[in-house]
Amino acid sequence: MLRLEQVSMSVNQNNGDNKEILHNIDLEFDAGKLYAITGPNGGGKTSLAKVIMGIYGLSSGRIYLNDEDITDLTVTERARKGIAYAFQQPPRFKGLTVSDLLKIADSELDIIGLRKSLRDVGLCPEDYLDRDVGPGLSGGEMKRIEIAQVLARRATVSIFDEPEAGVDLWTIQRLIGIIVNRYKDNPNNTAIIITHNENVLPICDEIIVLEEGRIRSRGTYEEIWPLIRDEIECKRRLECRGEMGYEIQ
Amino acid sequence: MKFSEIDASLLSTIANITEVPSGAVNIRKDGQPLIRMSSPNITINPKQDKPGIDVIVKPGTKGESVHIPVIVTKAGLQDLVYNTFEIGEDADVTIIAGCGIHNDSHQNSGHDGIHEFIIKPGARVRYVEKHYGAGSGSGKRVLNPTTIVRMGRGSYAEMELVQIRGFDDTYRKTMGYMEDKAYLKIVERLLTHNEQKAQSEIEINIEGQDASAQILSRSVAQDSSYQVFKAAMIGKAACTGHVECDSIIMGNAVIKAIPYLVAENSEAVLTHEAAIGKIAGEQLIKLMSLGLTETEAVNTIIDGFLR
Repeated sequence: MLRLEQVSMSVNQNNGDNKEILHNIDLEFDAGKLYAITGPNGGGKTSLAKVIMGIYGLSSGRIYLNDEDITDLTVTERARKGIAYAFQQPPRFKGLTVSDLLKIADSELDIIGLRKSLRDVGLCPEDYLDRDVGPGLSGGEMKRIEIAQVLARRATVSIFDEPEAGVDLWTIQRLIGIIVNRYKDNPNNTAIIITHNENVLPICDEIIVLEEGRIRSRGTYEEIWPLIRDEIECKRRLECRGEMGYEIQ
Repeated sequence: MKFSEIDASLLSTIANITEVPSGAVNIRKDGQPLIRMSSPNITINPKQDKPGIDVIVKPGTKGESVHIPVIVTKAGLQDLVYNTFEIGEDADVTIIAGCGIHNDSHQNSGHDGIHEFIIKPGARVRYVEKHYGAGSGSGKRVLNPTTIVRMGRGSYAEMELVQIRGFDDTYRKTMGYMEDKAYLKIVERLLTHNEQKAQSEIEINIEGQDASAQILSRSVAQDSSYQVFKAAMIGKAACTGHVECDSIIMGNAVIKAIPYLVAENSEAVLTHEAAIGKIAGEQLIKLMSLGLTETEAVNTIIDGFLR
């Protein structure tokens, strides 16, 4: 379904030098499967998602969607081909409402569909449909609205960048249920979830650990969890002690 | 009555009128009254000493509206009109105004509308003034509206002033004088493009105890257009006032935003916020990731911002 061949990506640094963020990544994502991408901070997870969406260009390599080379397509063209991306930190818009964004995501959504989209992510439609996607919404609310847009896209490949960040436990469980129902064993879709959440990892068919821009390991939850459990638990303890920020990308 | 195609287009855009509306109406075309009708509670009389009308709303009138649009289609016409609105005590009305200019000639066309509102104690007014210019001529379309609002004790006014494209030169002046417990909200929305110039000056004098005023301005300047926004909030009593001007700048445009606060009473609480910036790249990318082109994304952001 989605194939990355020898994908590398670089950024310009302040001193004018190029720094390579992703190094020769080879990956394949099959239909009907759920994938988790995890790994330490700065490992290249969000960069990889943005490369797939076309937000960042490649320095080398090719990307294929259903065997079509999409490497040179724009963000808009990739979206129309069926790639969707839920941003880790979605932007705010003065004057655009939640309803506006959902209708851009799926122009066929009627009022019943709009309401369902919000209920699916644990938001009360009456309270949110007409609200500005502006400073009045909390980070957690923004996150849920972002996920609702990507679910409304009904895309071939949906990428969720830390869907759990800023979202309460009850809603995470609900989102997990929705993602499993929507994507698992669906022959037309695949979902890629960038996550550190130990409740999300077990639902995925495959876990890819990205570190320093390279694939450190990949496999099933049973194969990968013993390798990363100590790191995740260590980070959680450090967080609890306030020695780290809340962001544990 | 059937409007001509150009008249219908202008009236529909500025006042949402597709046929003669019910209630009190005054449609002015090329400096002359086209339609004038009073209602039992709202009287419209021509002024005797100068061009314009007096609109008198009886005390206690509820839920009625007045339409007073102006259209200019005659090349070279400089229309000047003085309108006075007296809103009786405890009335609650909506006033739909606006000016549409269609200019296909090389001569300049313009409209200077001077509106004075006398809002009696306890009255409530919603005022919508939308301006629109069209036509293919090289002559300028010029608009210079002046609005003076005098608010009695406990009165309430919401004024929406909208100018989206179409005018080459605009100088707008708005003055407010507020007595005790009056509430005034002015929302101004402006979009300029090409070489257009627009200047708006607002001065609100809060003279009464516990009165409150808000000035909210949203503007977009595209191409090589030029905007100046000056908003002065003068607190002369224990009152609250807030000025907010928020602008999107594009191309080679220039925007000057000058909020100005004067407190003449130690119990006055006056605040302002001002921001000018381009459309954020992440906003564009977000909308493009939902399938919009870059142009569609820009237009969506601007439409939402000016809504």
